[in-house]
Amino acid sequence: MKKILIAATAAMLVTGAGLFGASAADKLKVGFIYIGPVGDLGWTYQHDLGRLAMLKELGDRVETTFLENVSEGPDSERSIEQLARAGNKLIFTTSFGYMEPTLKVAKKYPNVHFEHATGYKRDKNMSTYSGRFYEGRYIQGIIAAKMSKSGVLGYIASFPIPEVISGINATMLGAQTINPNIKVKIIWANTWFDPGKEADAAKALIDQGADIIMQHTDSPAAMQVAAERGKLAFGQDSEMIKFGPKAQLTSTMNNWGPYYIERVKAELNGTWKSEDFWGGLKSKIVVMAPYTNMPDDVKKLAMETEAAITEGKLQPFKCPIVGQDGKEVECKGGTHLDDGQVLGMNFYVKGIDEKIPGK
Amino acid sequence: MQLVLEKRAERSNTIALISPLIAIGLTLVTMSILFAILGKNPISALGVYFIDPLTDSYSLQEIAVKATPLVMIAIGLSLCYLANAWNIGAEGQFLVGAVAGSWLAVKTQGTDAGPWVLPAMMLLAAIGGALYALIPAICKVRFGASEILTSLMLVYVADLLLDYLVRGPWRDPKGFNFPTTAEFDPVAAVPALIEGGRLHLGGVIALVVVAAVAVLLGKTIKGFEIRVVGAAPRAARFGGFNSNQLILLTFAISGALAGLAGIIEVAGPVGHLQPGISPGYGFTAIIVAFLGRLNPVGILIAGLFLALTFIGGEQAQIAMKIPLDVTKVFQGILLFYVLACDSLILYRFKLVFASPKVSSGAH
Repeated sequence: MKKILIAATAAMLVTGAGLFGASAADKLKVGFIYIGPVGDLGWTYQHDLGRLAMLKELGDRVETTFLENVSEGPDSERSIEQLARAGNKLIFTTSFGYMEPTLKVAKKYPNVHFEHATGYKRDKNMSTYSGRFYEGRYIQGIIAAKMSKSGVLGYIASFPIPEVISGINATMLGAQTINPNIKVKIIWANTWFDPGKEADAAKALIDQGADIIMQHTDSPAAMQVAAERGKLAFGQDSEMIKFGPKAQLTSTMNNWGPYYIERVKAELNGTWKSEDFWGGLKSKIVVMAPYTNMPDDVKKLAMETEAAITEGKLQPFKCPIVGQDGKEVECKGGTHLDDGQVLGMNFYVKGIDEKIPGK
Repeated sequence: MQLVLEKRAERSNTIALISPLIAIGLTLVTMSILFAILGKNPISALGVYFIDPLTDSYSLQEIAVKATPLVMIAIGLSLCYLANAWNIGAEGQFLVGAVAGSWLAVKTQGTDAGPWVLPAMMLLAAIGGALYALIPAICKVRFGASEILTSLMLVYVADLLLDYLVRGPWRDPKGFNFPTTAEFDPVAAVPALIEGGRLHLGGVIALVVVAAVAVLLGKTIKGFEIRVVGAAPRAARFGGFNSNQLILLTFAISGALAGLAGIIEVAGPVGHLQPGISPGYGFTAIIVAFLGRLNPVGILIAGLFLALTFIGGEQAQIAMKIPLDVTKVFQGILLFYVLACDSLILYRFKLVFASPKVSSGAH
């Protein structure tokens, strides 16, 4: 045994050095930090599809590395810095909780470019990017109001952050165009990804009379529950039809490929600039899954709404918008709420009976 | 025919000493096979895991940063385990310590409080962790409640308390509702030891803790009492040692150390209070405590070694595209071999042949 040990140690010492940087030195190195496993079939999975789409187009000039399951706690700064040290010149950090760590590492590595998803802090070498997911929610609201018999929607929410609040509001604004008396019940799962909790929330919502399940969490568990109980549901982040072939109405899918291609191209051409990108249906960052399990007239209405939003003819947050307190919300964007109001949204629209947690 | 474990009549001290090395050797061999199956060169893979992180100051710092909370918590736990008191809730004590210390950081935010803030935060964290650990200890000595269950369940209570605070009263008012406090002021932050590096004062504190506990166990009567109560409870009773008092003491020390580790992590590498500040440090520390054989120096080495596997695993993901799961498999295999080798020091396998009871001439 000792001999094996000595031999192994010696061999390691000889070959250990100089492993980095030997291969593909002339390719641009691009790094990704993922919050979940690439196989979560939701948020991280879609980012990884985006990475693969980018590789398909630019693979001859680009090499990618990803770190998965990176917790948002103390480990993330190290993981991001590891990628920077390994020679990655463009690094995408794909969850909100990476904001401060990304900012710290960006200050340390001024020659590396960073892109942080869904955050609001930027720097000379740190961009932010996100999707206008509320556009898809508005369409879902219209479909939900058309399809619901009980007039009660069940909503599984993650954290009471503006992205989630604006999604709930957009859903209700869409639904109210069909049924002004529509109700929504909200359960806060306090997680992005926990199939067990998400399934429990879906069951509880159905037991409370909801017949349409919507979610702002990442796993297909709620879809499976809806399918078992013979209810309808919307997918989240990715195509979830195989988890509920008779249940899924559509899914608001995150399609990061076009953005990753554009940004990596900019990096290759030396034209990368720090920006704040917020794309929706028009830039194909938000894509709707096929409309299924609904009558043709609902399908037609959904497609018309989608087209109107894409063309900019329809604004989900069109003024006047009335808050829960009955007062009209200030209309900073002229005909609709401006981006700042949506990005910092911290109120419910009229028609929602619940309270924002912690408010 | 049966395979049974039989207690060895005597144990070899030499083997006991090199058994961890044998375990590591076996792990390396097993991992090499696994790497080969994955189509990676085993030698270079092992090099990335174990050698590369030791070759530059950056990785060495990261190893120290990662090992700091693990070692501090594990040292405290080892005292409990030596005294036969089973504190499984260090994770909760870590969180409560972080919360107790952060209270001061949040309250003094934006004021021109002086450099007393950080030491006071650490003191509060240690007291908070100790008080939280005393709950299961008191339940144990007063009511005979299993400390394993109560300490474990209190982890979830601490988790939810932290969650409530950062979503409600302590939330950063400019943080768009995201569940986190504002970044701590500089006077409330653990200072870095090297300009621009991540190594922080916590590493030094961890070393002091290791030394202090080594002295406590080796040179003081209290340390002797702790060891005797665990190893020979009857003898301890005859010796007049108060085992209940020792349970309270070891729980309090271990809670204080976990709490201190909590505030150092929050005020150091993280910089603010948020959910998920611990990727399971309190539980990983249990492994560290046993890998280090409940010995302070052993725990220091075990903590550094486990940290090395984390950092190496991450570098392997980057350099060789080896999936994260392999790192976890690797840690599991290591633990398996360590425990197996330890068992085989005390026990040996023996084949027992069924006695020839079944007679041949029955019919």
